[in-house]
Amino acid sequence: MNEYSRKMIKVSSVNLFREQDAGKPPVLDVRNLGIDFGGLTAVDGFNMTIGPTEISGLIGPNGAGKTTIFNLLTSVYQPTRGSILLKGIDTKGMNTAKVNKLGIARTFQNIRLFNDMTALDNVKVGMHNEIKCSFLASLLHLPSYYKSEKKANEKAMELLDFMGLADIADQKAGSLPYGVQRRLEICRALASNPAIILLDEPAAGMNPSETAELMHQIRRIRDTFQIAIFLIEHDMNLVMNVCEGIVVVNYGKIIAKGTPEEIKNNPAVIEAYLGKKKEADA
Amino acid sequence: MKKLWNNKTTRTNLTTYLVVTVAFVVMQLMSSFGQLGSAMKGYLIPVCAYIVMAVSLNLLVGVCGELSLGHAGFMGIGAFTGIVIAALLQDAIPNDTLLLVVAMFAGGIMAGIFGFLIGIPALRLRGDYLAIVTLAFGEILKNIFSNLYVGLDSEGLHMAVSTGKVQLLEGGRMILDGPVGATGITKLSTFPMGFVLILFTLFVVLNLINSKEGRAIKAVRDNRIATESVGINVTAFRMKAFVVSAFLAGMAGTLFGLNFSSLQASKFNFNASINVLVFVVLGGMGNILGSVISTAVLYILPEAMRGLDDLRMILYAVVLIIVMLFTWSPSVKNAVQSVTASVQEKLRKNKKEAVNNE
Ligand SMILES: Nc1ncnc2c1ncn2[C@@H]1O[C@H](COP(=O)(O)OP(=O)(O)O)[C@@H](O)[C@H]1O
Ligand SMILES: [Mg+2]
Repeated sequence: MNEYSRKMIKVSSVNLFREQDAGKPPVLDVRNLGIDFGGLTAVDGFNMTIGPTEISGLIGPNGAGKTTIFNLLTSVYQPTRGSILLKGIDTKGMNTAKVNKLGIARTFQNIRLFNDMTALDNVKVGMHNEIKCSFLASLLHLPSYYKSEKKANEKAMELLDFMGLADIADQKAGSLPYGVQRRLEICRALASNPAIILLDEPAAGMNPSETAELMHQIRRIRDTFQIAIFLIEHDMNLVMNVCEGIVVVNYGKIIAKGTPEEIKNNPAVIEAYLGKKKEADA
Repeated sequence: MKKLWNNKTTRTNLTTYLVVTVAFVVMQLMSSFGQLGSAMKGYLIPVCAYIVMAVSLNLLVGVCGELSLGHAGFMGIGAFTGIVIAALLQDAIPNDTLLLVVAMFAGGIMAGIFGFLIGIPALRLRGDYLAIVTLAFGEILKNIFSNLYVGLDSEGLHMAVSTGKVQLLEGGRMILDGPVGATGITKLSTFPMGFVLILFTLFVVLNLINSKEGRAIKAVRDNRIATESVGINVTAFRMKAFVVSAFLAGMAGTLFGLNFSSLQASKFNFNASINVLVFVVLGGMGNILGSVISTAVLYILPEAMRGLDDLRMILYAVVLIIVMLFTWSPSVKNAVQSVTASVQEKLRKNKKEAVNNE
C-alpha cells in the first residue's frame, strides 16, 4: 500500500446503496470518466461510486458503452477524460496487471479462458501472484516449489468447489459447456484476490436454471469474500434481484441511477431500455 | 509410483527422459563395441548440441509462441565464450570435465546476458517483427565474431575488433583470429557430457513448463488480455523465457565449439537458425520429445545419405514434406487418429471378449 500512499486522495462521503457500507470509503470511485475513439465518444461523464461490499448493476442497450466502461476500469483502455480511484488510489497510467494487483478482477463478455489448459490450471493462473515460489525454485523444482504447488492446488480446488466446478477440475477449459465456462471465468477472477470483481454479462448463454444458480452464487461470493461486485447483464430478473444499486447508460452517458425499485419506475429508463421490452411483452 | 504414472504430464516427462537415456545407452554401447562408423561417431556431439538448441528454441517458439530467427547467434556466443574461457582456465583447472562444465556455464551466462540485452528492444515487438529483429541480431552477432581478435599471453587476455591492436608477448597465442575463427581448440566435449547437457536442458525446460511461470507463459500465448487481467506482467514473462532459452543455447554452443579443433563464425549463420527452427516445427510446437527426435533424425539424415550425392537434398526435402504432413495437416492427422481409434476399439473389444469368456 505504501508505494501508492502519496497518490491517496481523500474521498468525500458518498451515498452508497448498501446499509452495511454506510460510512465506509467506496472501493471504486469513478469521476467524470470518458473516452473517445477517433471521432466517436463511446463513454462520457461517467460518475459512480461502489461500496466495499455492494452489488451494483450496469445496464443499457447494446452498444451503449458498458463493456468499454469495464475496459476503462481495468486499464485495457486509458481514459480520455476523468479519473478512476480504486481503494482511493488513482489508477491513471497503470497497466491491467497493476490494477489487478491493486484489487480489480473481471470476466469477459466473449469468454477468454485459457482453452488448452485444465480448469484447475486456469484457476492457478489466476492465483499467480499469490503462489510464492522463486524463479530458480521453479526451474530446478526445489522443495519450495512442491510446497507452493500443493498449497495452490488445495486453494484452487476450494475455489472450484465453491463455484460448483470441482468435478470438471481436470477437463480442458475449451471443452466445457458455455455456462460452465462463464462460472470458471468468475472462479479465475476470484483467484486473484480482488476487492471488486467486474462481471460482463455473466448469464449470457445460460439456461434459466443455470441463471437462477448464478444469482445465488453472486450473492454467495459477496457474502463469503466480502467484496464488491459490479455486473453488466441483460437478464432484468437477475439484475433487479441481486443488485442493490443500478446505473443505466445509453449512448455512453448515464441516464439513470438508483435502487432497482427506482430504476423500474424511472420514465427515462422505461423509454430508453425497458420500454421496448414492455411494448414487446404487450 | 502408480499415481505418478497416472498423471499425464508426469508420464510425458518421464517418457522423454527415458527415450533420451535409452538412446544414449544404445549409442554408447554401439560405439564401444565398434559398431559405429567414424563419421557417425563425429555426429554424436553436434547432435547433442543441436538437440539442446531445438529444445531451447521450442521453449520460445512452441511454448511461448514467439518466433525467433536468431537462435544460432546465442549458440555462437556460447561457443566463442566457452573456447576463450577454456583456454584461459586450462592451467587453473586440470580436470577436463570440470573445465568443460565451467566453460559451458560461462557460455550460457554470456548468452543469457546478451539475450537480456537483445530482449529489451526486441521483446517490445511481436510476431513477424520480432522474427525480423532476432534475425538481424543473429547476423550482427555472427559478423562481430568474424571481426573479433582475442589473444592470450603471460599478461592475460587481449581483445580487439581489429588485427593490429592485439600485440602478444613471447609465447602468447591467438585464441580467436577474426575471420579465421578459433584455432587450436582443446577438444573437451564428450558424448556423455553432451548427454548430461541434454538431461539438464530437459530438466530445466520441463520444470519451467510445469511451474507457475510455465502456466503464465502458456496463458500469455493463449490469451494475453485475460492473462494481464489476473495481474501477470506479460513482458516480464517473455523476457524470462527468452533469457532461459538463450542461456541453454549458449551452453549448447560451448559443447559444440569445444568439439572441434577449429571453428568459424559462419557455423552460426542464418542457415543454422533456420535448421533449428525446422527441427522444432517438424517435431511439433511445444512438443519437447518431438524436438529431440526430429533433431536426431534430421541432423543425421543428410549426412547418412552422403553416398547418394545429388539425390540427397531431394530425399531430404521429401522427408521434410512427409513429416510436415503428418504433424501439421489436419486431414492426415484425422486419418491417423481414426485408424488408431479403430485399432484401440478392436483391442478393447478383444479384451472384453476375453474377459467374458473367462
Ligand atoms: N476499441 C474500439 N475502437 C473503436 N470503437 C470502439 C472500441 N471499443 C468500443 N467501441 C465502440 O464503443 C461503443 C460501445 O461499445 P461497447 O462498450 O462494447 O458496448 P456494450 O458493451 O454496451 O454493448 C460501440 O459503438 C463500439 O463500436
Ligand atoms: Mg458489451
